[in-house]
Amino acid sequence: MSPVSRGFHRRHAPDADPSRVPPGQYVTADFPVLSAGPTPRTAVRDWTFSITGAATPKTWTWEEFRALPSEQVTTDIHCVTRWSKLDTTWQGVTLDTLLGQVDHTGTFLLAHCDGGYTTNLPIADVLNGQAWVAFNYGGSPLAAEHGGPARLLVPHLYFWKSAKWVRRLELVDHDVPGFWESYGYNNYGDPWKEQRYAGD
Amino acid sequence: MPATDPGARSLPDDPGASSDTLDGNAIGGLLLDVFGTEMTTVTGRCGSCGTASQVGEFTVYLRAPGTVVRCPTCTAILMVFVSARDRTCVDLSGLAELG
Repeated sequence: MSPVSRGFHRRHAPDADPSRVPPGQYVTADFPVLSAGPTPRTAVRDWTFSITGAATPKTWTWEEFRALPSEQVTTDIHCVTRWSKLDTTWQGVTLDTLLGQVDHTGTFLLAHCDGGYTTNLPIADVLNGQAWVAFNYGGSPLAAEHGGPARLLVPHLYFWKSAKWVRRLELVDHDVPGFWESYGYNNYGDPWKEQRYAGD
Repeated sequence: MPATDPGARSLPDDPGASSDTLDGNAIGGLLLDVFGTEMTTVTGRCGSCGTASQVGEFTVYLRAPGTVVRCPTCTAILMVFVSARDRTCVDLSGLAELG
């Protein structure tokens, strides 16, 4: 009998194109749920999304947010805990659209989420079709455990930057480390440069 | 509440909510490494709600980039441990008292 429980084997996806897998990652067919706290469950009738800080403040209700133009996105995602998932499909509103509705001067943003989670991003990394506030995954409303009703999707960076349950983007003129970044994770998080920890 | 109320869209159940949490005994080894002594029977007091519990009763989230320990009463973060390369970053600022 194997000393290793079958339950602890990773479910690798076969035949993954190695050129799509960043260093140190493995491809999974699952969509692992990572969470540092209880899953928030904000009903869409109570949900709002705001941009504040170095910007003219703006708040959308769920209905207003959903009335904005949205895009279908197929992309690979890469978690710092070493799993990658290929060809994930999302629907969301680009940050170009959202930030285009406010006058702003910020060069960084700090995303604030239900549950208190935060993460930081350069504004340059969320414009030009690089980031979305996603509300559908795989053709269905985004499940709470994956960040529903809506989460950030910034697939060119490690997935902790794609904050679940996002509710507000605070625009700032300097970089402010978020939750994991303040505990030693990399401020930027490029999976292709394997920027997992500070100093990488 | 009417099922047709679009504002009341219910979110899917979270099947991982209960299975994703453990109690403080699950990190007894980590705590021993960090503190150099058995910690699960030590009492800690939450800095948010004031509840005193044994460390072994704390709620622990391991399926994350780090280990997050929360108050079993109010869910406030009590401790965070992140192992990065050859060092462990420890934050105990959520505790009003330990020991």
